[in-house]
Amino acid sequence: MTNLFGVAVNAWPAIPEIWLAACACLILMLDVYGGSKHRGLTATATMFALLIGVLLTAGFGMIVQRTLLFHGLYVADGLGTFLKLAGFVTMATAIFYSQDYLEQRAMGGGEYYVLCLTALLGVFVLISANSLLTVYLGIELLSLALYALVAFDRDSGIAAEAAIKYFVLGAIASGALLYGMSMLYGMTGTLDLDTLSAIVRRGPDGGLIIGIAFVVAAIAFKFGAAPFHMWVPDVYEGAPTSVTMFIATVSTLGSFALIARLLSHGLAGLPGYWTQMVAAVAVLSLLLGNVVAIAQSNLKRMLAYSAIANAGFVLLGFATGRNIGYQAALNFTIAYVLTTLAAFGMILVLSRSGFEHDEIADFKGLSSRDPLLAGLMLVLMFSTAGVPPFIGFWAKLWIIQALLASGLTWLGIFAVLISVVGAFYYLRVVWYMYFEAAVDQPAASRRPRMRLILLINTLAVALLGLLPNALLDICQRLFP
Amino acid sequence: MHPFSWLSVVIWLPVLGGIVTLALGDSRAQAARWAALVSSLLTLAACVPLYLGFTNGTADFQFIERVPWIPALHAQYYLGVDGISLPLILLTALMTVPVIIAGWSVVEKRPAQYYAAFLIMEGLMIGVFAALDSLLFYFFWEAMLIPMFIIIGIWGGKRRVYATLKFFLYTFLGSVLMLVALIYLYLKSGSYSIASMQQLPLSLNEQRWVFLAFLLAFAVKIPMWPVHTWLPDAHVEAPTGGSVILAAIMLKMGGYGLLRFSLPITPDASHELDWLMIALSLIAIVYIAFVALVQQDMKKLVAYSSIAHMGFVTIGAFLVFYILSATGSTRGAVMGLDGAMVQMISHGLISGALFLCIGVLYDRMHTREISAYGGVVNVMPKFAALAVLFALANSGLPGTSGFIGEFLVILASFKASFWFALLAATILVLGAAFNLWLIKRVIFGPVANDHVAALQDLNGREFLVLGVLALTVLLLGIWPAPLLNMMEASTQHLLQQLVTSKIAVGLR
Repeated sequence: MTNLFGVAVNAWPAIPEIWLAACACLILMLDVYGGSKHRGLTATATMFALLIGVLLTAGFGMIVQRTLLFHGLYVADGLGTFLKLAGFVTMATAIFYSQDYLEQRAMGGGEYYVLCLTALLGVFVLISANSLLTVYLGIELLSLALYALVAFDRDSGIAAEAAIKYFVLGAIASGALLYGMSMLYGMTGTLDLDTLSAIVRRGPDGGLIIGIAFVVAAIAFKFGAAPFHMWVPDVYEGAPTSVTMFIATVSTLGSFALIARLLSHGLAGLPGYWTQMVAAVAVLSLLLGNVVAIAQSNLKRMLAYSAIANAGFVLLGFATGRNIGYQAALNFTIAYVLTTLAAFGMILVLSRSGFEHDEIADFKGLSSRDPLLAGLMLVLMFSTAGVPPFIGFWAKLWIIQALLASGLTWLGIFAVLISVVGAFYYLRVVWYMYFEAAVDQPAASRRPRMRLILLINTLAVALLGLLPNALLDICQRLFP
Repeated sequence: MHPFSWLSVVIWLPVLGGIVTLALGDSRAQAARWAALVSSLLTLAACVPLYLGFTNGTADFQFIERVPWIPALHAQYYLGVDGISLPLILLTALMTVPVIIAGWSVVEKRPAQYYAAFLIMEGLMIGVFAALDSLLFYFFWEAMLIPMFIIIGIWGGKRRVYATLKFFLYTFLGSVLMLVALIYLYLKSGSYSIASMQQLPLSLNEQRWVFLAFLLAFAVKIPMWPVHTWLPDAHVEAPTGGSVILAAIMLKMGGYGLLRFSLPITPDASHELDWLMIALSLIAIVYIAFVALVQQDMKKLVAYSSIAHMGFVTIGAFLVFYILSATGSTRGAVMGLDGAMVQMISHGLISGALFLCIGVLYDRMHTREISAYGGVVNVMPKFAALAVLFALANSGLPGTSGFIGEFLVILASFKASFWFALLAATILVLGAAFNLWLIKRVIFGPVANDHVAALQDLNGREFLVLGVLALTVLLLGIWPAPLLNMMEASTQHLLQQLVTSKIAVGLR
């Protein structure tokens, strides 16, 4: 009994995961017994679960000191706490945006929320991973939930196609990751990332490099970075918008955790070998994402290519192989998640029953139909394009500064030049909203609560642009 | 120092006014108009203490405000003015008022958004001139593109989308490399403060790269030949107010950048590459003046004449080294810099006024084709008088502010080389040619057609706006001393920075 108690006390730092796992089970039960009788019960319960999760994490799980748990499989540190808090808040906002959309499409069943919670749990496991096994566990937990979510609209052919594509490619990527990990294990004899980091410091050898190559490929797949980006456009376009939003935001936090734990921590001893691979992937992503996005007419698909390009920016931060780069990458990820969340929220708030509002042309004349939403979208688009005074500018600025400080001047110049190309397709959305005459459309429902959250979300994008220090400061402290 | 932060007031007051105007919305258009007018007038009023409290005769920055902004990046909210930036701030505040008034009964489409965009832009532009932290400078510099993009895109002419995208992407492309250069300088000096960048020793090679990165940003904004092609498009498609702000203020930001960044931060590279700048400026003056001569569209003509006149700014700024090596006279070198500055202010007033004049005609006739007009003087005598005055000022008539700037620069170029002076002075002939020919075709002669015959002369609102500008142009032309005194110490100081090599010993 004391032993069990001891385990329970020692497991305190893992409270976010424990809470999430418990909630996922409870909410599934709740939905089975009460979901059909009370509409919205499951969604409300999920929101409460996330809210309490934030409180628990902030209250008990606020670990700043690096703590190892479960025989070193699990790590709790400041970075983990921060990312988990971000995960809770992001998912709560995402659920808030999605509720109407799901109900209008009869997808409001409790499984949706349970799958989302499971995926979030996968992200958290990734965030806390300190062993190759934990990493793999997190990835699978996240991916399997996502496959199911993409296919959630079971009558939609395009969603099913996207899910199959995602699943097959994802399975290959998982295989590659496992293969790479097995090579790392074979060469070093350890699964523990701390030990791995110490061992590889002795020097590289052939097997290790091949292992790293597979691991980098799997990370690139998870990020949706070129040349492993094939699933991104189809999944973004095919999945229900609420799921796309989930993948673009919550799952991106997971991808960040993956690369932060595996490469910048686990392989910290060998930066020269993986930074070059990461840099190559980043350059390819920036090029492909920004150029191909220009040709898109569907906003979700455009945001998919924009996600590829933005993944390129995050990876550029890691390509420096230094803490300033990781800080910049974290800052960029948070900025990206915050902005993308609102951009998808915009599509959701404008959608109606039977109408997705996801073509760029659907935004024509939005500024006369709905000046407030158009104004918010303008902020979001200029922010992603990297124009001050919005958060996206600082995100890019810091990445470029990190590149220059690491002597990667040409990468920095490439990044700013390709941003100019990228600016075009964000501007096009503004152009359609402001410069084109309105197309005849029935007015969207008012949805005042959703608008309020969207307004707050966008104000955060603008305020963190005017006063960016708070976020920059946190990022600096998390990678000291 | 100064107990009250007037600079912050003139930056943020118009921005706040813009937000209020936006919040009032297009449904309460009249209220929005008044809110906009009051904000712009208050901003102008807030410039009075700046003007009165400014101490001539020192190159030190005044009205300094300095608080930490982003400690993580060592960036500060650092404002201040000297004799170079204060005149430009006054010009910005002065020119926004006519823009607001000129749109009063003309802008029907989304009026609140129109005024809000101009007010927000006013604040951001003043921010550009007042920022002493280069990151803050870049922040304002780029943010300003957003309202201008919107202004041209919504209220512009037929090809407005093409024009505004070209404008945005062109200037964005120019600016991003400047950002890289600023980051590089920050990493070397450990601070984004412009002063610390100006003091930073740099090898010649570094200076060359930094200079070229800056040049791209500023050359696009000025615009210098051959990166000027966005300007005629943007001008032609922009609404009247947009053209006024573009010509009067935005182009000056490029010239200001050269004086504040390029010359003092990279003096040796400026010295080495001054032939390039002078050559580009002379091409702009001579070639673009010829291009202006053949334009059929009034706005395009004035747009090209702006490019030619901005050539005077760049040549004035970069003659320094030639003058010093030819005569050794610092007096002459300062004359070039002074000429560049006066030319910026004067061109801001004159080109703004000319675009307002074209706007007056356009509002009545809805065409800018020169051939659609003729004999306007017969039906619009008041307008004709003012328009002729501005056109003559634009061609450098003595007694107007246009004369002072051009005269100083031509005088300075004589000290550098006879040939420079000869080429630069062609603007006196060509400028007179295209301006007078424009006047002849549009204003004078018999009434060309029934549309012209039906024209109404200036109403009180228009007369007030153009009249005040005309008085300012004359005042500066007859009595430029206040302006020259204000900037004298700063241009002297700039010259000191220019002649002090930054190549640290052993770095060459």
